[in-house]
Amino acid sequence: MSIEQILGLITGVVFGFLLQKGRVIRFEKQIGALLIKDMTIFKFMLSAIMVGMVGIFILSDMGITTLSHKPMNVGAVVIGGILFGIGWAVMGFCPGTSSAALGEGRLHAIFAILGMLVGAAVFAELYPFLSSTVMAWKDFGKIGLQDALGVSHWVLVPIFWAAVIGLFFLFEKKGL
Amino acid sequence: MKLKTKDGGWNPYFAGALVGILAIASVYATTALMGKTNYIGASTTFVRAVGFVEQVFASERVAANAYFAATKIKVDWQFMLVIGIFLGALISSLTDKSFKLEKVSPIWQERFGSSLAKRAVGAFLGGIVAMIGARLADGCPSGHGLSGMMQLSVSSFVALVLFFAAGALTAAIVYKRRAS
Repeated sequence: MSIEQILGLITGVVFGFLLQKGRVIRFEKQIGALLIKDMTIFKFMLSAIMVGMVGIFILSDMGITTLSHKPMNVGAVVIGGILFGIGWAVMGFCPGTSSAALGEGRLHAIFAILGMLVGAAVFAELYPFLSSTVMAWKDFGKIGLQDALGVSHWVLVPIFWAAVIGLFFLFEKKGL
Repeated sequence: MKLKTKDGGWNPYFAGALVGILAIASVYATTALMGKTNYIGASTTFVRAVGFVEQVFASERVAANAYFAATKIKVDWQFMLVIGIFLGALISSLTDKSFKLEKVSPIWQERFGSSLAKRAVGAFLGGIVAMIGARLADGCPSGHGLSGMMQLSVSSFVALVLFFAAGALTAAIVYKRRAS
């Protein structure tokens, strides 16, 4: 294995271990969040974002790493986002957690993985059509909220933290 | 606040914060060792994996496809990450005895019964729709939800809100009625 592959494997093992310990990969937790009954996955995800964003912005400010925004292509993100949400609710896993769910013995994740492989092949076939239609509507490019609003990311980080902590108190108060 | 949850897991705020540290370490390590900053994601790997399968019986079709050409079919960093996720969850669940062979999950069973065939069809069709969506939106809850949100990407805010809104609406329709 190359350095790249070894690094990916190690990162994945730690990530999968933490996903499993956080109990966020199960169908029950994923659907529980979508039914607004159990917000465990959002507690987990938003905590990761809060911590991660601080280090990621420090590293990029120091010029050590680079940011990599995904393009704000309106048609693609809106239609893709809606399709993903519909499929997610029926499947009960997401791409990363399906691999983890299989690891903790959820055999039905195999069918989700097979479906996603077929979905990827279908997308590749549809790509020429999609790139000349939906994906060609309007693209704002690879922008961050900091670029869109014209403020430093260090103005937005504390606002994000405050909003998320508020949300956490709400989750705990409601027993979600 | 307890560090252990009732089901023997770790407090989700704590485990999530550790994932935040992992994301920072990973961004640093990939830049230092690979010369390019890589962010955690998962859905592109499904394109590469199915590309490998298709190459076996339709290699010309794969070679002629613009999307496969742009994605580059190879076992890269993210491909190994997804394999690692499987192994990490396996190790964690075996060592804390939460590993459980499950064919149909409880919420599904309440609504659709214990038939594995029904669950398989649901997971399979849901998987197709979700992956088309994830590739169109250029990310899933890992790539947009974690990595994109950590950088305050506009597309990730929009994608995550739509993932949840469309998912919540669908879940309400699909699971609310009890099986008779």
